[in-house]
Amino acid sequence: MAGRPRTVGVLALQGDFREHLKVLRALGADARPVRRPQELAEIDGLVIPGGESTVMDKLSRAFGMAEPIKAAIAGGMPVYGTCAGLIMLANTVRDSIDGQQSFGGLDVVVRRNAFGTQLDSFETDLDVPVLGDEPVHAVFIRAPIVDEVGNAARSLAELDDGTVVAVEQGPLLGTSFHPEMTGDDRFHRYFLGKLG
Amino acid sequence: MGTDVTDSTANSGSFGTSRVKRGLAEMLKGGVIMDVVTADQAKIAEDAGAVAVMALERVPADIRAQGGVARMSDPDLIQGIIDAVSIPVMAKARIGHFVEAQVLQALKVDYIDESEVLSPADYVNHIDKWDFTVPFVCGATNLGEALRRITEGAAMIRSKGEAGTGDVSEATKHIRTIKGEIAALGAKSPDELYVAAKELQAPYDLVVEIARTGQLPVVLFTAGGVATPADAAMMMQLGADGVFVGSGIFKSGDPAKRAAAIVRATTFYDDPAVIADSSRGLGEAMVGINVADLPAPHRLATRGW
Repeated sequence: MAGRPRTVGVLALQGDFREHLKVLRALGADARPVRRPQELAEIDGLVIPGGESTVMDKLSRAFGMAEPIKAAIAGGMPVYGTCAGLIMLANTVRDSIDGQQSFGGLDVVVRRNAFGTQLDSFETDLDVPVLGDEPVHAVFIRAPIVDEVGNAARSLAELDDGTVVAVEQGPLLGTSFHPEMTGDDRFHRYFLGKLG
Repeated sequence: MGTDVTDSTANSGSFGTSRVKRGLAEMLKGGVIMDVVTADQAKIAEDAGAVAVMALERVPADIRAQGGVARMSDPDLIQGIIDAVSIPVMAKARIGHFVEAQVLQALKVDYIDESEVLSPADYVNHIDKWDFTVPFVCGATNLGEALRRITEGAAMIRSKGEAGTGDVSEATKHIRTIKGEIAALGAKSPDELYVAAKELQAPYDLVVEIARTGQLPVVLFTAGGVATPADAAMMMQLGADGVFVGSGIFKSGDPAKRAAAIVRATTFYDDPAVIADSSRGLGEAMVGINVADLPAPHRLATRGW
């Protein structure tokens, strides 16, 4: 990360985008909210925050963001999605609503609300080998899981029962949980490492 | 604060923690939560881009018109709405009615609104919300009230406004009051915060935290009288994290269109061109009642303290 600070957009249509902006800025990135197609042209990487995937899908299509984001992903832009963001990055989404679309890019099948209702939301320590020995404290809120990891993608972390909750595929990164909520910036550092 | 953590062996994780409860509200930010009274309305709301729905038997405008005691909705109705949508479902319990809250938790709603829109069940005590795994949102008209609710375990606050009127003036007053009181705390010296805590009737430690951070420790939405895209955008410009729209959508001429328009205006709250576009051709807004014409006993915002 020598030279100019990297410019990272955070998709700011809905959700906890301010928390991502805060973590990225603390790491020295030039982080900015992105809501319009022309703002996409100015960034080196994109974070898709937690929130409601059905809302992000509708708003991104209504405001002409979906196609440019798909094109950026196809062009190799690094993108990190947390929770709803992981859903938006998945090639296939299960338990979606009628007509729901994702940007795609990650060769995975993701299932929405896989743990159940808010009563089933939880936090736990998670081993993430690529981030070192110290476990990541992970917060799962009405979280999705990765049902199937395709050949192009790889799992970065699993729960005790083997459920995949973090995946990577080249420049793309996705987590079922919310590192932006816990003050542990290792996932964001790992993502910024992809920006070269 | 409190011992609201329950352990489960399922994922050897902690359930119902403050972080998990407050976290769901964080994910709702920038969104619109819509009142719905049927599964069909819930689907319309979800398809229009609602971030969550509030399941209830009568919207506040009808509660106001019909009078009588307003209570928790029929479990069948709430269950039907839970089954109809994939987004979070909230439901209302009466102020202080901890058994209605127990029932709503058993129904597995995602959030409970301890709400002044229903008739209070206890004029002294609110629900001890630390006792529950499900998170609570509570109304507030000022900072002291918000801090008392947070002390009782609320994981989200909404300014009250005056529900069922379509008149946004009380919502404006309450969000301005809360934001203004937070800003005023930030300007106080440490020795003045003792008196401030006394005047706010809120715990000293919480008051110090607000003074230091300049914000509530939980998400702050606005409610009560929001009926148009411009109303929603104004609440966001005044510093709300998101909006509740009650009677404003399904008491209007074209609910699906109005709902989608309010969602757009909430995201692009600082862009008048988008708000203008969203405001075009929405049909009849809800008729509404001027709050100034409401006799004091009919004002819901005075319920809760």
